[in-house]
Amino acid sequence: MRYHPLTASDRTDMLARVGVSDIDALFAGVPQDKLLRGPVALPKGKSEMDAGRVLMRLAARNMTASSAPFFLGAGAYKHHVPASVDHLIQRSEFLTSYTPYQPEISQGTLQYLFEFQTQVAALTGMEVANASMYDGSTATAEAVLMAHRITRRRKAVLSGGLHPHYADVVRTHSHMAGDTVDALAPDVAAREDIISRIDGETSCVVVQSPDVFGNLRDLSPIAEACHKNGALLIAVFTEVVSLGLVTPPGEMGADIVVGEGQSIGNALNFGGPYVGLFATRQKYLRQMPGRLCGETVDAQGRRGFVLTLSTREQHIRREKATSNICTNSGLCALAFSIHMTLLGETGLRRLAQVNHANAALLADRLALVPNVTVLNETFFNEFTIRVKGDGADIVERLAKRGILGGVPVSRLSPGAGLDDLILIASTEINTDDDREALAQALDALINGAA
Amino acid sequence: MNREGRPTAPQGGALSAHQTFTGARALQVEEPLIFETGRLDVTGVDVAEPAKVTSRLGAFERKGSMGLPGLSEPEAMRHYVRLSQKNYSIDAGLYPLGSCTMKHNPRFNEAMARLPGFSDVHPLQPPSTVQGALALIDELSHWLLELTGMQAVAMSPKAGAHGEMCGMMAIRAALEARGEAQSRTVVIVPESAHGTNPATAALIGFSVRAVPARDDGTVSAEAVKAALGPDVAAIMLTNPNTCGLFEPEVVEIAAAVHDAGAYFYCDGANFNAIVGKVRPGDLGVDAMHINLHKTFSTPHGGGGPGSGPVVLSQRLAPFAPVPFLQKNDDGALAFVEHENDAGEAQPFGRLCVFHGQMGMFVRAFAYMLSHGSDGLREASEDAVLNANYVRVGLADLMSQPFGDKPCMHEALFDDEWLKGTGVTTLDFAKAMIDEGYHPMTIYFPLVVHGAMLIEPTESESRAALDLFIATMRDLAMAAKAGHVGRFTQAPHHAPRNRLDETRAARAPVLRWTKPAPATRAQAAE
Repeated sequence: MRYHPLTASDRTDMLARVGVSDIDALFAGVPQDKLLRGPVALPKGKSEMDAGRVLMRLAARNMTASSAPFFLGAGAYKHHVPASVDHLIQRSEFLTSYTPYQPEISQGTLQYLFEFQTQVAALTGMEVANASMYDGSTATAEAVLMAHRITRRRKAVLSGGLHPHYADVVRTHSHMAGDTVDALAPDVAAREDIISRIDGETSCVVVQSPDVFGNLRDLSPIAEACHKNGALLIAVFTEVVSLGLVTPPGEMGADIVVGEGQSIGNALNFGGPYVGLFATRQKYLRQMPGRLCGETVDAQGRRGFVLTLSTREQHIRREKATSNICTNSGLCALAFSIHMTLLGETGLRRLAQVNHANAALLADRLALVPNVTVLNETFFNEFTIRVKGDGADIVERLAKRGILGGVPVSRLSPGAGLDDLILIASTEINTDDDREALAQALDALINGAA
Repeated sequence: MNREGRPTAPQGGALSAHQTFTGARALQVEEPLIFETGRLDVTGVDVAEPAKVTSRLGAFERKGSMGLPGLSEPEAMRHYVRLSQKNYSIDAGLYPLGSCTMKHNPRFNEAMARLPGFSDVHPLQPPSTVQGALALIDELSHWLLELTGMQAVAMSPKAGAHGEMCGMMAIRAALEARGEAQSRTVVIVPESAHGTNPATAALIGFSVRAVPARDDGTVSAEAVKAALGPDVAAIMLTNPNTCGLFEPEVVEIAAAVHDAGAYFYCDGANFNAIVGKVRPGDLGVDAMHINLHKTFSTPHGGGGPGSGPVVLSQRLAPFAPVPFLQKNDDGALAFVEHENDAGEAQPFGRLCVFHGQMGMFVRAFAYMLSHGSDGLREASEDAVLNANYVRVGLADLMSQPFGDKPCMHEALFDDEWLKGTGVTTLDFAKAMIDEGYHPMTIYFPLVVHGAMLIEPTESESRAALDLFIATMRDLAMAAKAGHVGRFTQAPHHAPRNRLDETRAARAPVLRWTKPAPATRAQAAE
């Protein structure tokens, strides 16, 4: 096996040095009737070339985002990532190192985590950020748990504009821990009255902006109502590029800001790995989940970085830890940070403007298609359309015509009576031709136009 | 002499460590933060001019600077390359971090994960457009089930600890279905367990009952039986355990747990020792997470991303979370994404927004295909052989807490042998850094005083192990000979000397802030 350096004679010599006659003597602790005597029922090893053939054949059976006019979003977005990002994250010293437990030989990882935390805090308009979570949805669930710890209350109110799968993740955690969730019905037009749901039991209100239907939401009055009632506002985003152009949650009174960072630096990857962003106010620092990197000095007084405040964490606190997290999303956080560094705020704002402009052009074009209605008054790069017919069916038929045309709302919220809605996202990747292709295909499918 | 007549050997007196102007040490270059070198008006990405449109942002347009500087591409390249040079890595050397399984990360796996057919696919595309991706997940599931002898697998957990959560949630859901969730609230966790185990149990609302390890480092069925009762929901047991030993009474423990009406959660962090040798399903395990980033070599990436699929027994299979794969009548694969669509099954809920770590699935599957049943078995055997080879090579100088007997894939020492030397486990670890090694895991497991947990993995050659053993022996003899300075001041040669962790925690500085401008008086100094 090409990855195993030991030769047969090495093994013989080493077994002798260890003082046993055969390898199974080292498995003597295993109940002998359970020890497998032969190989499991799986194929034998393959050369790199042969294994590659199997995988390439599987890969070829998928329709890639780059191969079609592409308009999917709903929590994962296709953006152009500079080639240098993927080159850098594949450097051995980043790719094949572990959590920086030995800071003296991990300053590379620690410094980029410190830079990452600074970038996330600046983007969200918050004071502190952690070194990343698994993804936006698990970050949201962790934020709810954190709010419960801070307020010593156990009820979360979830906006109907929260991504339904995010809501499901929160609901699952809460159910298991015996906490309460008050989830509002899907709120397509951002008209819900969430403030009236806040009471003396409420630990937190979770609001997404841009919401899952694309609407931008005013968080300030909700924050004010939360704070009046001793509750926290958790602001969620799934499209981090929006923060280049939209008022950050930190400026609208949010106490915890969480979201998905995939858009910057990371590919679609069929759903993962992604990178959860998590930021809060300084005063809540010690209730924060996840790894934190902090600045310090070495024995010579030189600046350096270490993992810090680990007394919150599972390996020290065990059952009293703020979270069970051990592994985070380090390499995805690095990809995020490199791409963010390349952009800078000048590039990010410009990128966000192009996204917004492309979405606006698309909305205007689709609005011209009979029996297609754009529902949003506000949006960043994603909006909702109502079509005559079944959204899922139309999206499927668009795919047959070579267009990846959006996410049917029924895929996220089946049985909610929203089967005629489709979420449409547009980023910098879309061209005039893409827009025209989608508009004409929708017209053809819905109106039977040529 | 060369042709120009310049001496080719070093001239002059003894080498001395003089200060350089830049603070650099040749290839080790001091690198400022991007916030100190970047400029707000610089960008390293050319983005087209946005079209002129009517804004749809309403009243929510961001005003003012974000404080995020940019770097041009060459500057960014240099920044991150220099940072990378301050990191240790598997590719650069032996990384014997016990419990973490720092094995070789094949670049073939990276190449496969980057095939556009896997990396450039959206998780919510119509199933008809992603049949290859779904088939890969289906195949990987099949391999995991064959290797573990279990009945079902939940693929969505994003890391080991997330997998633990998944397994324990399935157990809770099964208890709810039996109407016993209110009465069974205790989870038994051995003291030697990973910290994630009790943390996970607590997150799901269980209380933790600790059982001690025996003098030989394993858990006795007797102790487990004594802790069992009608209030017990489950046991969380790591096997092979954190002391590097296979739990000899695991079958008896499983039977006792089942007889008491509870479930057996196995922490699969150490599965690398037994792949192809023993199947957890044959031992009575009900749920076990598999760290694809350990056993199946997806790169650790400086602390993630991981992936933690959970295999389940027949009893827990119905409670696996959404999404899970299903083959439709026409043979096409699709995810069941909602509890209401799950038919007979009773999924406990959802763990993350999409389907899990596809990028890690591709890498792990590439690794499995490359190894095959024979290669996976060989990997486990070599991992165990290498650990024992190191153990035997050090046994006369360093002390083993549970006596001189074979281990699985990691060798455990304590600090008994350092008593009176003035050198601690931490000092010893730091001296290893000067010798060019990443230290082993230290002070874990907690049940062993000054623990040193060495996991060489199957990726090391005999020559590499011989040099490692020789180095460790040299260090051990130096410690015993009283050369304390080599240890307590270590590392001497790393990019940084020992860092002040107390200071970092006392007044946390977690992000860069602009230094206050110097006053006129300071500037004049």
